[in-house]
Amino acid sequence: MQLTRAGFLALLWLFVLAALRVVRSDLYAASGLRVAMPGFRKGSAKKNRGKAARQLVVTHGALAGTRIALDGRPIMIGRADDSTLVLDDDYASTRHARIGLRGTDWYVEDLGSTNGTYLDRAKVTAPLRVPLGVPIRIGKTVIELRS
Amino acid sequence: MAQPVSGDSAGQQPNPGAGHGATTPEAPTRRGTELVMLAFAALLVTGALMLVEANQEQQLTARIVYYGLAYLALFAVAHVAVRRFAPYADPLILPCVALLNGLGLVMIYRLDLAYDERAIQTGRDIEDAVPKQIMWTALALVLFLVVLTVVKDHRTLTKYGYTFGLVGLGLLALPAVLPAEFSEVNGAKVWVRLGSLSIQPGEFAKILLMVFFASFLVAKRDLFMAAGRRVLGIDLPRARDLGPILVAWAVSIAVLVAEKDLGSSLLFFGIVLVMLYVATERAVWVVAGLTLFAGGAFVAWSLFDHVRTRVDVWLDPFADYEHGGFQIAQGLFGFATGGVGGTGLGAGRPDVVPYANSDFITAAIGEELGFIGLAALLLVYTVLAMRGMRSALAVRDTFGKLLGGGLSFALIMQVFVVVGGVTKLIPLTGITAPFMSAGGSSLLANYILVALLLRISDAARRPTSSGGSKPRVAPKTPIAEAHTVMVERPS
Repeated sequence: MQLTRAGFLALLWLFVLAALRVVRSDLYAASGLRVAMPGFRKGSAKKNRGKAARQLVVTHGALAGTRIALDGRPIMIGRADDSTLVLDDDYASTRHARIGLRGTDWYVEDLGSTNGTYLDRAKVTAPLRVPLGVPIRIGKTVIELRS
Repeated sequence: MAQPVSGDSAGQQPNPGAGHGATTPEAPTRRGTELVMLAFAALLVTGALMLVEANQEQQLTARIVYYGLAYLALFAVAHVAVRRFAPYADPLILPCVALLNGLGLVMIYRLDLAYDERAIQTGRDIEDAVPKQIMWTALALVLFLVVLTVVKDHRTLTKYGYTFGLVGLGLLALPAVLPAEFSEVNGAKVWVRLGSLSIQPGEFAKILLMVFFASFLVAKRDLFMAAGRRVLGIDLPRARDLGPILVAWAVSIAVLVAEKDLGSSLLFFGIVLVMLYVATERAVWVVAGLTLFAGGAFVAWSLFDHVRTRVDVWLDPFADYEHGGFQIAQGLFGFATGGVGGTGLGAGRPDVVPYANSDFITAAIGEELGFIGLAALLLVYTVLAMRGMRSALAVRDTFGKLLGGGLSFALIMQVFVVVGGVTKLIPLTGITAPFMSAGGSSLLANYILVALLLRISDAARRPTSSGGSKPRVAPKTPIAEAHTVMVERPS
């Protein structure tokens, strides 16, 4: 009788642990640390130390604090659901701006937004190179590239 | 060390979109994991039933295995539906629900056995609760399927936001308006009784109101962000923006007064507060809300007898052991009897606690499974709410975020209120433990809640393939794997 009692409790905890295991595997998949950026910390960091932009950081606005790791794919910014950075901002257009890699530099490009994209103080009319740490303003949101 | 898809490679469903997107790993639907976990839950439930039968000296026959298989089949139907209608839904939500519901059924059955024995001794007839509960479970699963098939995209719910709000308020007010003979059970006017069928419309109102509140907040969020005067380093909201929170407060107080239902009023107000907080990220709403609630609670305490009784019983259940405090005191004795390891399923005497199969089912579980077992069950609840919150974080639209957060919070808040009440942490309020307690409305409503959560989690984890107009920019990674990392916000 005692054995069944303990056995059932053990099984119950096994269920909890199995659930947590699923959660854990999901966490790693979700953080992208191991899936999306294999060898990210060692390999590419050595090649161009401190020069290349590695992440995009939102410094102001509703999404302040959000970071997006850059992996070479273009970053779409706007209110559209399929944007990389979805802005919930009345001053942003559906497809507002695109930040893409050309060679080794990142360029910001306005996609015909209503209220414009600003790199530092200058309005973006043609693709402009984005240096590290220079604010890009879109509506109420400010983002910048960081290494 | 991390396997992105662990333990389910055997049951992994071949992904429909395996043809394109070769550069990125395919999004796992993780339905295989869900099936394995469901089978595990069914095994646990069958084991629990077996233990109960053995300890209650019933015949151990193959019948139990059939029950277990029937239970598995019931949830397999739900699983197939999820596979079909929400293939990317979270793999843990359904198994957690299945386990809680199954253990609840076993516990209710176990209490029925005890009541039957007592009925033989006293010569009175007591109706079994478990057939009814099984019927409710089946009905709830049907409702679950209906919600999952009808709501193809949770964002369509925003269109009906105000309608839902109105209907919700109506449902909430219905028992208060009806004459007492139709609506009053044990002093709480929260029922609508039609013949032998009795439902609590408030349970459904809760979900409808959450949908309304989420869509309302999405539309009017900026309003709440506008800062008023700054006092002591806190941005006070403008006075006129306090409107909604005051309305919510008034409604919850009205529920408290007219329906004598502490639990619902606490739950309702808590949900509104949390959704406001989630929408605005401003702690001042929580502070303002808690202040209002404390004020309201104090007024209620000084005006109404039944509130005062509850508080007195909470402060010292043994002062009035024979009457008011009996239930809580017996519940505490139950926990004490169970201790760390519990008495074993079917070997305790949880039936001495009044309402052991509904409000006090946690006391019954605490007695028979002990601290270890109850802690495991509370963790299952936590995992359930956590997965909901995670989906809310990952989903892209603000409405989904708010609704998901609200639904998950409502679930865990129910658990907190009932377990807190039973363990004498907070004053006891009549509320059911979600999925476990006997009670049809709560079960139905919570299954609707879970169906909506699954829908939101499906949207959150589904890879965005709808980039028809701009295929080159459509990100191939699913949302769950999109590499967005939250860091501390610079202040």
